[in-house]
Amino acid sequence: MKVSTTPLAIEAHGLVKLYGDKAALDGVDLDVPRGSVCALLGPNGAGKTTAVRVLTTLTEPDAGTARVAGHDIATDAVEVRRSIGLAAQDATVDGLLTGHENLTMIGELHHLGRKRAVARADELLEQFTLGDARDKLAKEYSGGMRRRLDLAATLVAKPEVLFLDEPTTGLDPRARIDLWDVLEQLVDSGATLLLTTQYLEEADRLADDIIVVDHGHVIARGDARSLKRQAGGDQLHVVCVDRADVETVVEIVGRFASGRPTVEDRAVTAPADGGVHAIARLAQALAEADIAVEDLGLRQPTLDDAFLTLTGAPAEIESEVAA
Amino acid sequence: MTAPQAFAADTWVIARRGIKHMRRQPEALSDATIQPIMFVLLFAYVFGGAISVPGGGSYKEFLMGGIFAQTIVFGCFGVAMALAHDRSNGAIDRFHSLPIARATFLSGHAMASLIRSLIPIAFMTATGLAVGWRIHSGIGDALVGYGLMIAFSFAVIWVGVMMASLVSTPEAVQGIAFIAIFPITFIASTFVPTSTLPGVLKTFAEWNPTSSLANSLRHQFGNPGGAIPHDAVFPLAHPVAYTLLWAALIVAVCAPLSVALYRRSIRT
Repeated sequence: MKVSTTPLAIEAHGLVKLYGDKAALDGVDLDVPRGSVCALLGPNGAGKTTAVRVLTTLTEPDAGTARVAGHDIATDAVEVRRSIGLAAQDATVDGLLTGHENLTMIGELHHLGRKRAVARADELLEQFTLGDARDKLAKEYSGGMRRRLDLAATLVAKPEVLFLDEPTTGLDPRARIDLWDVLEQLVDSGATLLLTTQYLEEADRLADDIIVVDHGHVIARGDARSLKRQAGGDQLHVVCVDRADVETVVEIVGRFASGRPTVEDRAVTAPADGGVHAIARLAQALAEADIAVEDLGLRQPTLDDAFLTLTGAPAEIESEVAA
Repeated sequence: MTAPQAFAADTWVIARRGIKHMRRQPEALSDATIQPIMFVLLFAYVFGGAISVPGGGSYKEFLMGGIFAQTIVFGCFGVAMALAHDRSNGAIDRFHSLPIARATFLSGHAMASLIRSLIPIAFMTATGLAVGWRIHSGIGDALVGYGLMIAFSFAVIWVGVMMASLVSTPEAVQGIAFIAIFPITFIASTFVPTSTLPGVLKTFAEWNPTSSLANSLRHQFGNPGGAIPHDAVFPLAHPVAYTLLWAALIVAVCAPLSVALYRRSIRT
């Protein structure tokens, strides 16, 4: 693997990219240490794809600087491209070439030479369990196979930094889990990986570091646990059977809560610090007051809650705006 | 590898891809194969009877120079469509993320298209021979004729690259085809002698390079309509020189312009 001297594989300062008067990126800073996995998480149109396009030199930023694998994207674009692999959002495998021809062509364009390009292609096809489909046209591949071929294509020149733009979007659950396994192997082999995703589960599973972006801004970063914490801590949650009991329940919950309870129909929710002890005492108090309870629990905020709190929008948002 | 060597090698890799695409998608070649044959048959047998060639001779033999020229001008669509497809389906991103000069993507497509342009020339020759067209001149003259076709094919490729840089979908390319290129191939000596056209159209047709290419080919192959009127306007009096001048002009203007336009169109 080619190695550069900086400890950061990706380093960006104040990236701005305008489309008309809309800022797809509005001052984004990034730093991704070598050998780590970073997920850019955000709803559609948040600027994830634009960030990848800027960092892979497919488009020029309107302001800001960035270095990838130690090379400046503005002044040293060809060196950047020599050090990276990109799997763009629509799997850009060539449907009219066979799997083997796809990979060989990319090897040749990396100047591996014909013989080494052919050998490398075979090696990758085996690694991605596409050996049987070696000489089939890629248009006959299934969605999962195309993604695997696309991923293999990014690895032809053993790049230092990999960019995967929504690697599992559009895959069925089975193919998604298979691809996750493949990605985990890649990560174990020491590559630096920047992936974009709108799936919290995916970011949680693969990334060391999650950067939440929305409207062209970085709005939060950290690992999955710290992001959950940002959405608030544990919550006591009681749903009573009889609406007449709500006031009493609010009073009881208030005794064990660390903040003011909120009421929604027959549900009472309040933040709590006491963890299991709080819920045990709450249960006892409710039983003593003889209140019929439909649901009682200590809720941890999910990553979805975190996402909702951070972006102020539901996690899944309709259609992709051009980016 | 030095930069020019890398450029040549990368161009060839991308050209080979283009050639594979053509082989595996023969229906996309219909404009270079079926379509010109249809034109030959249509004009030779349906309209041809109503058209007389000044100075006499067979209309079928007159027609072939025109069909050759028209097919070659239409050649600009092959490359425009191929580029537009690559742009609209994202293939271009793959190439642009590789450590190759951006211009190799264009030069590779251009080279594949030049090779592609030999297909209709061969098809037309065979079709012409089948309907009774013959080369009456010597081998040297005939070779100049074929050389002229290849040179002009190369030139129109850059028109195609320019079209693909101006618009980015295959549908839009077809739109331009209909509005711009169709009239250019019809208001010319393609199917009828320009002397039969009225006023402004006649002048347009006389200076139209499609006409001069058609007239040059008729002249080089010794076909009807190939006699050169020395007292006429420059394009008619010197068709070969005028055609080559156009080819050179198209390359000199369109090649750098299309590279610049293309660079600008991918920057966003």
